[in-house]
Amino acid sequence: MMKPGTLILHVAARYLVPLQLILSVFLLLRGHDEPGGGFIAGLVASGAFALYLFTFGATVTRDLLRVDPRNLIGIGLCLGMVSIFPALLNGEPLLTAQWWNIPLPGDSYMKMSTPLIFDIGVYFTVFGSVMLMLIALTETEEH
Amino acid sequence: MQLAVLVIFLAAALTPWLYNRLHGQSANVLALVPAALTIWFAMHIPAVAGGEVIIHKMQWVPGLGISFDMMLDGLSLLFALLICGIGTFIVLYAGAYLKGHENLNRFLVILLAFMASMLGLVLADNLVTLFVFWELTSITSYMLIGFNHQSAEARKAALQGLIVTAGGGLVLLAGLVMLGSAGGSYSLQDIFNSSRVLTEHPLYVGMMVCLLIGAFTKSAQFPFHFWLPNAMAAPTPVSAYLHSATMVKAGIYLLARLQPELGGTELWITVLTSVGAFTMLTGAFLALRNTDLKKLLAYSTLMALGTLTLLLGIGTELAMIGFAAYLLAHSLYKGALFMLAGIIDHEAGSRDVRELGGLRKKLPVTAVCTLVAALSLAGIPPLFGFVAKELLLESLLDNMFSYVILGMVILASIFIVCVAALVAIRPFFGAFKAGKDEDKVHEAPSGMLAGPVVLVILTVLAGLLPGLAGDYFTLPATFSVAGHEVEGYLSLWHGINMALMISIVSVLLGLLLFKNWDSVYSVLRKLDPVIRRGPEAGYFKFMDGLVATAEWQTRVLQNGSMRNYLRTIILTLVLLTGYTLFSRYQLHWNFGVDFTFYELAAVVLLVAAAAGACLTSSRMGAVAYMGAFGFFVAMIFILFSAPDLGITQILVETLTVILLVLVLFRLPSFSNISSPMDRASDAFVALLTGALMTCLIMVTIDVQLFEPISGYMIENSVPLAHGRNIVNVILVDYRALDTLGEIFVLALAAMGVYAMIKFKPSTAPGSNHHAGTLILPSKRIPEKDIVHSWQEIHQRMLEEQNIVDAQPEEDEDATEQRSVNETRGSDSETKGEPKS
Repeated sequence: MMKPGTLILHVAARYLVPLQLILSVFLLLRGHDEPGGGFIAGLVASGAFALYLFTFGATVTRDLLRVDPRNLIGIGLCLGMVSIFPALLNGEPLLTAQWWNIPLPGDSYMKMSTPLIFDIGVYFTVFGSVMLMLIALTETEEH
Repeated sequence: MQLAVLVIFLAAALTPWLYNRLHGQSANVLALVPAALTIWFAMHIPAVAGGEVIIHKMQWVPGLGISFDMMLDGLSLLFALLICGIGTFIVLYAGAYLKGHENLNRFLVILLAFMASMLGLVLADNLVTLFVFWELTSITSYMLIGFNHQSAEARKAALQGLIVTAGGGLVLLAGLVMLGSAGGSYSLQDIFNSSRVLTEHPLYVGMMVCLLIGAFTKSAQFPFHFWLPNAMAAPTPVSAYLHSATMVKAGIYLLARLQPELGGTELWITVLTSVGAFTMLTGAFLALRNTDLKKLLAYSTLMALGTLTLLLGIGTELAMIGFAAYLLAHSLYKGALFMLAGIIDHEAGSRDVRELGGLRKKLPVTAVCTLVAALSLAGIPPLFGFVAKELLLESLLDNMFSYVILGMVILASIFIVCVAALVAIRPFFGAFKAGKDEDKVHEAPSGMLAGPVVLVILTVLAGLLPGLAGDYFTLPATFSVAGHEVEGYLSLWHGINMALMISIVSVLLGLLLFKNWDSVYSVLRKLDPVIRRGPEAGYFKFMDGLVATAEWQTRVLQNGSMRNYLRTIILTLVLLTGYTLFSRYQLHWNFGVDFTFYELAAVVLLVAAAAGACLTSSRMGAVAYMGAFGFFVAMIFILFSAPDLGITQILVETLTVILLVLVLFRLPSFSNISSPMDRASDAFVALLTGALMTCLIMVTIDVQLFEPISGYMIENSVPLAHGRNIVNVILVDYRALDTLGEIFVLALAAMGVYAMIKFKPSTAPGSNHHAGTLILPSKRIPEKDIVHSWQEIHQRMLEEQNIVDAQPEEDEDATEQRSVNETRGSDSETKGEPKS
């Protein structure tokens, strides 16, 4: 089904994919305060690779991805589970959000929290799930 | 005490590792665990005998009132000692009995897990905990009965036991919930100590019936008794443990435990005495028409279980004393007898009393032990069985309970004397007969003999020193059952009284019956057609009905047509929701809503896209229209200032279109095969759904059931959750558990899609033609073992019970057909002929 993409698509994909990935990380990190979040960011990242998939095909996309989408799902679910437990250390019920301020060089600090870890887990799960389906479907097309 | 249960589970978990190092010796090491626990429990005897109730508290789910508390009173202690004490010897016995068996380690794991579950069951103070352990014993016993999983009979018997006991377990759960809500607590101690009178509670009858069904299925009371004899397909250690002293007594334990709270009413007394007496007589009577040693013992166990229920039903103090004594006596001699039957089977190669004889010279220890245990079974002094039987008769005579029941008891004890004689005399006296050559028959190894010898010695000791057994073991248990201190003692000699006379007469008549057993047996065989119409036939009818219903509803609902699924789901939704909607709410047609030009434009485009998707004749076109539809929805989200939803909607729509495009390429080219009628009905369903959704929205605008929680969420988003984006805060903080569930569902869905695309149909459903055996075979099953219908299973089980002669191999169809016709007569019920 997939003809090799046109020249314009080829060039555009090369530049758009990294931009989209940066956007997805941006959406992920700002999610707690501004529109965004793990789910949306995961979809944006999937969209980026979907574009690449249409342009260059499944094998190339797999190479670019490096990680098997199934592992991405696993990582995501693990992160989601991991974020549950820190509350126990403070004697609070499971899943209670924990916040830490990690000092950075200079006078600044970074806001770190279990909801963020959880959101990253959501990100990877969504990203992995969509990629798993897309790549599997594309590969059956190619065969 | 929690630790005691845990230790056995731990031992079960470590068994495979231990087995890899020690192989056959691992059973001997593992037996140390229950042995140590026996000693530990024995150390509590003085305190408990003094009337103390030991409680160990432990939290489990405090929010739901579920605790892991355990309590040790007289009844629990008696059971705990039996479970651990007999368990020790069973583990030893199993090690020798299954020596060299490839799955010995697996057997030991399940056996120990069962032991732990049973121990948890009798120690649990909380009703929910008790139920969990109750179900665990059902599951582990299923695996134990079906241990020889290569044999179709063992699998069926295991499944039958599981369905009967687990089905009863469900009813029991309902009963326990009613008990918990009526008693105001799920803790047994709290229920006992509260001042509420449960017998006058409006839920009393319902709760009692549910609890009784649960207990009766587990303890194989009539009409649920049939699973127990079939369960003899299990290896002998299992029968000796589960079907004499432990699992089948769980129901009895529950009844005894609840006796102080629920007992004493007319209903309780009537049901328990009649069911108990009937089970007792049925068991004793059916025992007579068996020749298999284990079957003989299984039916005599039914008789004992019936007797225990009967004693609980009578409910006088004397009956309570008799109950505890009978419980102990039966566990001791029946455990021994089962193990001895296993030895005979193992060493002499047969379990059929007609094929055995003169073994006393070859198996001297076994012979002596069997004789003593059988004397206790028959209730002959000076053994403990006699003490227990005297108490039973006296408690019946004491208040002239009912002549009918007294008559049934006398009849049952005559039969059981005959059964005892069959077990003890037939195999050991007379001319030598065995399933093997004479010089190949040897006495059993010490591991197998240890259990019977010790149990038999205990039977004798308890019979000679009944005062001691009474004070330390049975009377404390009596206190728990009666709910208060009971004056009483056990003794061997009660003087020459009515009970003794009845005993002497029944023993003499029983021996007379034994003398003429051969002719009695052939007469009893003529009753087969009646027996095969018993409750077990009802079970098979029920199972066939279940399968037929499942087939029917699968055919109707799961017929593989996507359109049918959708229609069923949508129509159900419309009917149920629509009914609730119109029966509860008044609709107000409120059109006074302001809308801007942009909103109107978006709506018009949205409707146009939906109409386009319906009308287009190209697949790609439909996908594109659906995508457009999604984008307009996103536009509406944005117009109503929900940017997160808008973004999500756009992204999801984009990816959906991509996915659909990829999928559509796999489909054959578009063709319109549905008739205009079909399309009209589809349109009708679709419009109905739309109408329902519209009505729902109208109602939601009007009706506000409670204060919306969004106010709370908005207020606390920044101070509590440190986030300004409420949608995200809800997803990852307020409702994080939901989100966690959702990402797992998403992952599973992705895996499902992947599996569907990647795996080729070589492993697809339909290639497994063993589905009829209900359990996937681990090795290839010979064609003759594959069973296709419940009727056929029934037939095989009846053959197993000697009701119908096993058919010769050749020309099976014709002979089987004939035997079915003979036994069923010309009845029209001969509908499903057994296939082969």
